[in-house]
Amino acid sequence: MENFDVIVVGGGPAGLSAAISAAKAGMKTVVIERGDYPGTKNVMGGVLYTKATEAVVPEFWQEAPLERPVVEQRYGFLSGDETILAGYRDPAWAEPPYNAHTVLRVKFDRWLAQQAEKAGVMIITETVVEDLLYKGDNVIGVRTGRAEGDLGAKVVVLAEGVNAFIAKKAGLAPQMRPDTVAVAVKEIIQLPPEKLEDRFCLEPGQGATIELFGDSTQGMMGTAFIYTNKDSLSIGAGALVEPLIRSKWTPNDLLEALKAKPYVKRLIQGGETKEYLAHMIPEGGYNAMPKLHRQGVLVVGDTAMLVNGLNREGSNLAMTSGKIAGEVAAQCIQAGDLSDQGMSLYEQRLRDSYVVKDLYKYRRLGQFFETHPHFLKVYPEIAANAMHQYFTADETPKKERQKQIVKMALEKRSKSGLISDIFGAWRAILK
Amino acid sequence: MKLDDKLYLVRFNTDKLNHIKIADQAVCLKCQDKPCTRICPAHVYDWDDEEKRIAVGYEGCLECGTCRVGCPYGNILWGYPRGGFGVSWKNG
Repeated sequence: MENFDVIVVGGGPAGLSAAISAAKAGMKTVVIERGDYPGTKNVMGGVLYTKATEAVVPEFWQEAPLERPVVEQRYGFLSGDETILAGYRDPAWAEPPYNAHTVLRVKFDRWLAQQAEKAGVMIITETVVEDLLYKGDNVIGVRTGRAEGDLGAKVVVLAEGVNAFIAKKAGLAPQMRPDTVAVAVKEIIQLPPEKLEDRFCLEPGQGATIELFGDSTQGMMGTAFIYTNKDSLSIGAGALVEPLIRSKWTPNDLLEALKAKPYVKRLIQGGETKEYLAHMIPEGGYNAMPKLHRQGVLVVGDTAMLVNGLNREGSNLAMTSGKIAGEVAAQCIQAGDLSDQGMSLYEQRLRDSYVVKDLYKYRRLGQFFETHPHFLKVYPEIAANAMHQYFTADETPKKERQKQIVKMALEKRSKSGLISDIFGAWRAILK
Repeated sequence: MKLDDKLYLVRFNTDKLNHIKIADQAVCLKCQDKPCTRICPAHVYDWDDEEKRIAVGYEGCLECGTCRVGCPYGNILWGYPRGGFGVSWKNG
C-alpha cells in the first residue's frame, strides 16, 4: 500500500485548494478524482471569487482560464411578466484586484489541478473512493474502486462534493433532506461576444451577473441566474427539493419557464444551447453543517454544506475551507497530533473566518422563508403592482395614487403580517 | 426546448454496469406520487404502466444525486458510476 501524508478525496476547488496548501507545507499529497480529469464531473453556477482564489494561487488571473471579470451585479424580481430591477456596477472590478470572475468549471478546475501538480501534488483520476480505511478507530487511508486500490494517509480531506458518501459513512455528514438541498439545472447558451456585450451594456471582455427572484422560481425558495461567459451565457434555475416535489414542477420546466419570461427571453434570444447540466446545492446553512473533523479526517466545501445561498457564495467558501484544511493537516502531521482534538483547530479557524461567521449570521434564513413564503410570491407581486401604479401617468393625483398603493399592499398582506415580515426579515438577514 | 434535445448535448462515457438500483419495486407500486419521475433533471425514472415498475435509464444520469433525496421511501440506491464512466461535462 502506497502511503501519503494527505489524501484528498475529490478534485474540485475545495479539494484542490486543500492539496495545494498541504503540498506547499511539504506534505506528500494526492488527490483522488473520479472523472477523466478534475473538472469533468464538476458544476456550479459560475462565479469564482478573487480573494479566496488568490489566497490559493497568487495572481491566478494572469494565467487561469477565466471567462469575464464581473463588473455588474444585477438583481431582478419577477412577477408574472413584470420585472423590477436593481443593480450595481463598478468598472474598477474589471481590473486587479477584481472581485469575481465567471468561469466554466471544466476548464478552470483542470487548470487548478495543474497548479496543484506544479506544487508537487499527485493526481489520480478515474478512481472512486469507496470508504475510509481504519485501524481500530484510527483512519489510516482510503479504499478505492481499483484492484489493490488501498492508499495510506495520515490525514484524509473529504472534498467529495454535495453527495458526501464517504463523510456520511464516517458520521461526518447528516442525511440530506428535501428541505435543505436544492436541485438546479443550467444551460450553456452560445452567443457572439459582441452580442453579449451589447445586451448587457459591457465593455469588451467585461462581465455581468443577474440573480432573479420571485416568479423566476415560481415562488419557491431557490435560485435563478444568468451569467456572462466569453462567448456564452450560463442560465440556471433551481429550487429546494421539497417544494419542487410538492408543486410538481420538474427542474427543466422551471428553467424553461424562466427562459420564457419577457425580460430573460430577450437576453438569450438567438443563442444556441451547447450543454444542459444538473447539480445539487446544499442550502441547509449553519444548522445543517456537520461535525467538520474527526481523528485523521477533515471535511471541506459542499461536503461540509459550506454554501451561503443568500449571497450566492460557495466557491469561495470551498476554497477557503480547503486551504485552511490543507494547512491544518500539515500542522497536525508535523506536530504528531492527529487526534480529533488536534484536528479541531480546523473548525476553530473556520469559525474565526467569514466562512462560518456568514453561515451563522444567516442561520435563521431557511426557516424564515419557510414561515414567510410571502417574500417569494406576494412581495414581488406587491412591489411590481406598486411600481406599475406609481409609474403610470393617467392623471391620477400622486397623493391619491399613494393611497391606492397602500390599500393594494394591505389587501395582499395585512398590516400585522407586514410588520411581522419586516421584523422577521431584519432578524434573519440584517441582524 | 425539449429535455430529450438537451440531453442529446451531454457527453457520456456509458458503463455497461448500472449504477442505480431500485431497492424494492413493491414500494414503487404503493408510492402514489412517484416524485422520482419528476425530480430527476434527466428524467432517468419513468413509470412503466404495463410492467408496473419504475424503469431506470441510468445511461442518461447527470450524477446530481437528487433522486436519493427526493424518494420519500429511500428506495433509490444511487451511487457514482465506476471511475472514468458516466457523464463527462464539456463546460461545467
